[in-house]
Amino acid sequence: MRNNKIAVIGDKDSILAFKAVGADVFHVRNYFDAAETLKKLARSYAVIFITEEIAENVSEIIARYKTRPYPAVIPIPGAQGSNGFGMNGISRNVEKAIGTDILNGN
Amino acid sequence: MARLNVNPTRMELRRLKTRLKTAVRGHKLLKDKADETIRQFMVLIKENKRLREETEGEVSAALRSFLLAGAVTTAPVMEEAVAMPGYSVELETSEKNVMSVMVPQISVKEGDKKELYPYSFAGVSAELDGSIANLSEVLVKLVHLAEVEKACNMLADEIEKNRRRVNALEYVMIPQLEETIKYITMKLDENERSNTIRLMKVKSMIENRT
Repeated sequence: MRNNKIAVIGDKDSILAFKAVGADVFHVRNYFDAAETLKKLARSYAVIFITEEIAENVSEIIARYKTRPYPAVIPIPGAQGSNGFGMNGISRNVEKAIGTDILNGN
Repeated sequence: MARLNVNPTRMELRRLKTRLKTAVRGHKLLKDKADETIRQFMVLIKENKRLREETEGEVSAALRSFLLAGAVTTAPVMEEAVAMPGYSVELETSEKNVMSVMVPQISVKEGDKKELYPYSFAGVSAELDGSIANLSEVLVKLVHLAEVEKACNMLADEIEKNRRRVNALEYVMIPQLEETIKYITMKLDENERSNTIRLMKVKSMIENRT
């Protein structure tokens, strides 16, 4: 079951640093690999951070875990900086709940 | 709006009236729930946005300085330095009930942080220390972000579901019931009238015979 740990999925440059601070890191080479890893990790980890660039390409698998309390799959920016995928997620949530994006509108 | 396919009887009428009462009550309750869920959602999503703006910059900065620190040494040295972390982060997880949605509650367990730097200082550059210290601070924030963002995801989903329920009640269920009740009442009244007329007719026929 849940092992109350943090997993980080991403490319090599972005995740090595997380290893040093005590998270379990999983290096993926391609998006297919990422999807498989995510599915496997979702069974045991409470929090899974995934770099935005990869998250964007496995979004349909991330969507599967959206309505469950655990695991929390959260996109984070990689070493290249943010591409706005995480922020878009917030806008999408607002749109879904309220009907229009009122946070970025004003 | 189409009415329901039921027999116009008194029993049916009584049954429908109770159903209407339940539907109206349920509709009111669900509407109240929607209001409150949206209020909670707004509080959370604002925090979510603030946290994300904060952490995104910090994570990128920490990762970049890590890369820079790696650039001055060779890749194997770097990997060796962080290959065996001094400790692993433990989380404390539970669930919290927000408007009957079970959202996660996650916090970093305050363990004994024996050794933040799992390497010998001789082998790597000083920048690495800084970036790792930064990142371990950001990690706490990231975990908080994870908690809030997950709650937002789940609440958004719940709000959407709830809205569909409210709309179904308001625009389908309740009008249908009202229309059917009206139809049955009219039908029963009509039966009553035709019954009275029939009696009057019979009475006059009997009177005429004698």
